[in-house]
Amino acid sequence: MSHLVLAIIALVMLLPFMWMVLASFKELAEVEQLNPIPREWHPENYLRVFDRIPFARYYFNSIFVAAWVTFLQCLTSAMAAFAFARLHWRGRDTVFKLYLATIMIPGVVVMIPNYALMVKLQLLDSYLGLIVPASFSAFGTFLLRQFMVTIPFSLDEAASIDGASKWRVFWDIIMPLARPGLIALAIFTFLGNYGSFFWPLVLIKSEHLRTLPIGMLYFDTIYGRQTNLLMAASVMNIVPLIILFVFTQKFLVRGIQLGAVKG
Amino acid sequence: MRRRRTDFLAAVGFLAPNFLGFLVFTAGPVLFSLAAAFTSWNLDRSAPFAFIGLDNFAALMRDQYFWLYLLNTLYLMLGIPIAIAGSLVLAMMLSQRLRGMVAYRTLFYLPTFTSGVALMILWNPDFGPINVTLDWLLNNLGINRALMLIGIDPLQPPAWLLSTKNLLGLAVEQVELTAQQFGLGARDALIIMGVWTAIGGNNMLLYLAALTNVPQDLYEAASIDGAGKWKSFWNVTWPQLMPTTFFICIMSFIGGLQGGFEQARVMTQGGPAGTTTTISYYIYIKGFQQFQMGYASAISWALFSMIFVFTLIGWRFGSRAMND
Repeated sequence: MSHLVLAIIALVMLLPFMWMVLASFKELAEVEQLNPIPREWHPENYLRVFDRIPFARYYFNSIFVAAWVTFLQCLTSAMAAFAFARLHWRGRDTVFKLYLATIMIPGVVVMIPNYALMVKLQLLDSYLGLIVPASFSAFGTFLLRQFMVTIPFSLDEAASIDGASKWRVFWDIIMPLARPGLIALAIFTFLGNYGSFFWPLVLIKSEHLRTLPIGMLYFDTIYGRQTNLLMAASVMNIVPLIILFVFTQKFLVRGIQLGAVKG
Repeated sequence: MRRRRTDFLAAVGFLAPNFLGFLVFTAGPVLFSLAAAFTSWNLDRSAPFAFIGLDNFAALMRDQYFWLYLLNTLYLMLGIPIAIAGSLVLAMMLSQRLRGMVAYRTLFYLPTFTSGVALMILWNPDFGPINVTLDWLLNNLGINRALMLIGIDPLQPPAWLLSTKNLLGLAVEQVELTAQQFGLGARDALIIMGVWTAIGGNNMLLYLAALTNVPQDLYEAASIDGAGKWKSFWNVTWPQLMPTTFFICIMSFIGGLQGGFEQARVMTQGGPAGTTTTISYYIYIKGFQQFQMGYASAISWALFSMIFVFTLIGWRFGSRAMND
């Protein structure tokens, strides 16, 4: 009985995706019709997407930016988390609370000044403008710090006694142990940035710098309504996410639960 | 062991990159934005830059659109309790440890994971697929006929996103309820899309984790006392899940207040007659389309205050409820 209900729900979840995939193989006129399965299959729709718009460029931009942001964020957050979790200095906890406080601030509040800053620094419409502001995260620091405090201090002490520098302790001992947290953070960050909409929307004016979400938004304006091609583009947009998800499910689930435990 | 000398220098080294970024892109902007809210800052120089004190906020209070859009935002948040309840139900079903649970969990999480512009385009009324299916479902499964019996106009899928009707009968330009506006329209379509996206998502995962932490002996004790399914849910499961539910509600509310931007920008451009414009979309319009950055900053701080106040109240209320 439960199986039946679950199966129905799964179907409801999947229906829009199935439509999307099936529609992507249809001819334009057929998209609006009732038959789900295309009468003729047109896999060339996928290639046509690349002709119509600089899709490959958008793809590259999204992945390039998201990869850099993920790398930078993980690195800076891990180093900062180490400073909060493992080092002792005056004011440490106060500064950490400050970080925590900013997590609650809605993104919109900082978007406007950040935009003005980009204008001032002439970083509008640039890769740097897309990457740098997104490379710092109080949340990432928080997540990793929570993770790091669970690692026993005895490991640090043993290493110090052996004469290891702080950097060695960080890189060779803490980082490998923090791997699950790092992976979760990396996934979240990549995901968040890949789908980031507001910032690229206001920052980017040139077509060759657009990321996938913005490219999708402007898909229609150039060639009118090409729904079947749009569906193909959507599928290509989503497939990397699905692949990423299937391979990293375990870490994701753990990461979400990790982030919520402190509450 | 005596605390050794402070690791201050090392801390500076480790913290510097992150802290620098924090100052430049987070802390600095927060202060800047607060200051900007008290100015007449316009990006296109249509008004001279000046400190105008509370004028922006006064204007905001009188701004009919602000209140309308706030109402829209709250309306769209009506889907949140539905999604949370749904997530709980799904989590309970999935925690029965039947075969294939991981597969189901993956499928349910898919809409959340892939959500974004690509999916919103899919739900857009102009495009065939969703609407053709819905149309067929509604007309051939008697749903529309049932709706007509209760006096609601039949649902025409392509037209939902163009309709200003809604389930509360909210009128368009004023804050009032009228029967004429009762029906299903753009906002309801967005709510449904939102529930579909969120129901198998993070909240479900959180509930799954919390459910595994409920001690089995509580259930055993309950069944010894003769409690049936419903009683044991209400008296064992629900109280045990309170902290999780509380956390989820707060986070969802905070997210909900800030939401609706992508939907508005991608699908409806703020909706038929402004009905799908939320506060965050209003900030975008004012700041990035009309270039009134000072006013937009004021709106964003108003939004932040609401979030802050709510979080405080929720925290106070929640900890009391949990300490009973």
